Amino acid sequence: MNNYLRKFYYGDIPEDKAGGNIVSSEAKSDWPLWEVFIRSKQGLDHKHVGSLHAADAQMAIENARDAYTRRMEGVSIWIVESKYIHASNPEEAGELFEPAVDKIYRHPTFYDLPDEVNQM
Amino acid sequence: MQTHDLEKIFGQKIDNEVKIEPKDWMPDAYRKTNIRQVSQHAHSEIVGMLPEGAWISRAPSLKRKAILIAKVQDEAGHGLYLYSACETLGITREETINDLHSGKAKYSSIFNYPTKTWADIGAIGWLVDGAAIMNQVMLTRTSYGPYARAMVRICKEESFHQRQGFEILLVLSKGTGEQKAMCQDAIDRWWWPSLMMFGPHDSESTNSEQSMKWKIKRKTNDELRQNFVDMCAEQVKVLGMKIPDAKLKWNEKRMHYDFGEINWDEFWNVVKGNGPCNKERLAARKIAWDEGEWVREAAAAHAEKRKTKQQEAA
Amino acid sequence: MKQVLIDYTLHLADNSLIMGQRNAEWCGHGPVLEQDIAITNISLDLIGQARNFYQYAATLIGNHATEDSLAYLRKEEEFKNCLLVEQPKGDWAQTILRQFFFSQYQYLLFQQLQNSKDGQLAAIAEKSLKEVTYHLRWSSEWVIRLGDGTDESHRRIIKAIEELWKFTDELFSAMSYELQTASDGSGVDISKLKEPWMNKVNEVFSEATLAIPGKTLMQTGGKEGKHSEHLGSIFTELQYMQRTYPGCDW
Repeated sequence: MNNYLRKFYYGDIPEDKAGGNIVSSEAKSDWPLWEVFIRSKQGLDHKHVGSLHAADAQMAIENARDAYTRRMEGVSIWIVESKYIHASNPEEAGELFEPAVDKIYRHPTFYDLPDEVNQM
Repeated sequence: MQTHDLEKIFGQKIDNEVKIEPKDWMPDAYRKTNIRQVSQHAHSEIVGMLPEGAWISRAPSLKRKAILIAKVQDEAGHGLYLYSACETLGITREETINDLHSGKAKYSSIFNYPTKTWADIGAIGWLVDGAAIMNQVMLTRTSYGPYARAMVRICKEESFHQRQGFEILLVLSKGTGEQKAMCQDAIDRWWWPSLMMFGPHDSESTNSEQSMKWKIKRKTNDELRQNFVDMCAEQVKVLGMKIPDAKLKWNEKRMHYDFGEINWDEFWNVVKGNGPCNKERLAARKIAWDEGEWVREAAAAHAEKRKTKQQEAA
Repeated sequence: MKQVLIDYTLHLADNSLIMGQRNAEWCGHGPVLEQDIAITNISLDLIGQARNFYQYAATLIGNHATEDSLAYLRKEEEFKNCLLVEQPKGDWAQTILRQFFFSQYQYLLFQQLQNSKDGQLAAIAEKSLKEVTYHLRWSSEWVIRLGDGTDESHRRIIKAIEELWKFTDELFSAMSYELQTASDGSGVDISKLKEPWMNKVNEVFSEATLAIPGKTLMQTGGKEGKHSEHLGSIFTELQYMQRTYPGCDW
C-alpha cells in the first residue's frame, strides 16, 4: 500500500513536537454508551444519528432530545444501550446477502400483469 | 482471511470512495490516526466553549446573549457527535478525556488565546469559525464513515456561527468611536492566530510514517490559508477595518493576495502548551471533570439501584 | 391599572432572566458533556421567556423602553425577582434542586396564567409551559438520582435543601401587584399554588429518600426590590457592557 501525506486541520502536529506528559488514570464511574435513532416528523423510519453517555434510559432520551433534535420538531426518539446492538459482520456480506440478489421472483417487477391490475 | 487480502479490500474501498465503517477491518495505524484526529477535533469543540462561554454573562444585549448561548450549545453538541464517532474506533470517551487532561492529546491552539472584549466574540465567529468551515467541508469527505457523517451534521449547523460573528463586528463598525476601536483591536489580535489554524507550511508538514493514504480531494495547508486570506481581505472592507498585515497586497499576476509571514515561534510555543491560556483552559476542563465525579457516580449508583428494584419486582 | 400589569410582567421577566443567567454559568463546566448541553438548553429557554415578558412590558411602558433597557439599566431595587433565583449556582445538587423548586412553581403558575384575561400573558404562558414541563421532568429526575444515589450525593442534596428551603415561601407570598392582577383576571392567585407545589415536592422527595424540612424561618423581599448582595454581583456582569458603553447598539 502506498503512503501519502494526510493533512489534517486538527492533529497536523507531529507527536514529537506536541509536548505534555503522559499520565493516565482509571475512571471510577462509567455511564454506559447508548445509540440514538431519530425519526423526523415527516420520516418513515428511525435513523441512527450517533451516540451519547447516560446513566439510565430516561436520561438517555432527554440527552438525545437536547443533543440531536435541537432543530427539529415532533420527533420520535429510540435509544438502545450499545452493548445490546448486534450487527452483521461485513466479511460475511457475501453469504448473508448475495443469495437475495439471485431470487428475482421476490421483486414486483418480475411479474407481468395485465394493465387492468398492474397497479398492484 | 489473510492480512494482505484484508489490506487489499481496505485499499480498494479507499480507492473507490467507499466509507470505512466501525466493524470493517482497518490497519492499526489508520485506526490510531483517526482516533487522534477525531478526538482532538472533539476536544477542540469542548475547549472552544470556554473562551466564548466566558462572555455569556456579559453579553451586551438579550438577543446577543441568547445567540451566544445557542452557539456554545452547538459547539458542545459538535463535541458530542465527534466523541461519539471516536468511540466507534474502540476507545472510550474517558480515555480520550484523560489524554486531553494529561496534555497528551491536543486541541486547536486558537482556543489558547484570551477573549478580552466583546468584539473578540465577533472576531472568533468571523475568523476562527470561518477558518474552521473551510476545513470542515473537506472533512465531510473523509474516508471513515462515522467521522464523515458527524462532519456533515456539523457543517449544516455551522453556517450561523460565522454569520453571527461577522454581524457582531458589523454593528460595532457602525457604532461609536470606542466600538470601532474595540472591533479593530479584536481583529488585530485574532488575525494571525487564525492563519495559524491552517497549520504549518506544506514544506514542514510531513510526518509520513504516521500518515496513511486515503483519497480525499483536499487542498494543502497553504492553499486553504491562501483562500482564507483572499476571502477575508475582501470581507474586511465591508467592515471598514484593516487586517494587521503591512504586507497584505493584491498580486495581479498570481490573482491572489500576498501576505506576510506567520510568527512560527509563537505557533510552536502555543502548540507546546505555552500559549496565554493553555494552562487555564486545561485547568478549567480538569476541574469540571474532577468536580463532576460525584455526580457521575451518583447517577450510575442510582441506575443500579433502579435496575435491582425492577428485577426484584419482576 | 397599567402600572400594576407592568410590575407583574417585570416580575415574571426578572425571575426568568436571573434564573437563566445563573444556569448559563455552567456552560463549559458541567459534570458531563450531555448535562452541559441540558443545563444550557434550560438557560436558553429561560432567557427566551424573559425576552417575551420584557418585550411585552416595554410595549406597556412605551417611552422608548426596550427589552434591553429593562434588563440592563434598571437598578437592584427595581428588580422584582424572588430571592431563590439570585442565589449562587452552588454545586450540581444546589443547581438541580433550585431548578426543581422553580420549575414546579412555573409549571403551576403558567398552567393558570395561560387562561389569563390578558392575551399576551396567556400566550407567553402557553408557549413557556411546554419547556417548563421538560425542565420539571429533568430536574425531578436529578433530585431522585442524587437523593437516592451515593452517600455523598445524598449529603450534598441535603445541604442544598438546607441552603434553599428558606427561599421557597416567597414563591407563594403575593405582592400587591400579584394580588391586583389575580383579582382582575390577568394574573394568578399564587397562594393557591402552594399546596400542589408541596404535594409534588413531597412526592419527589419521598422517592429521593429526602425529608421536607421542619419549620424554617423564611426569607422574602426580592419581589419588592429588597435583594441579597448576590443580585448586585450578578449585575456587575449582566449589566457591565451597557453601563460601560452607554447608548450603543450591539
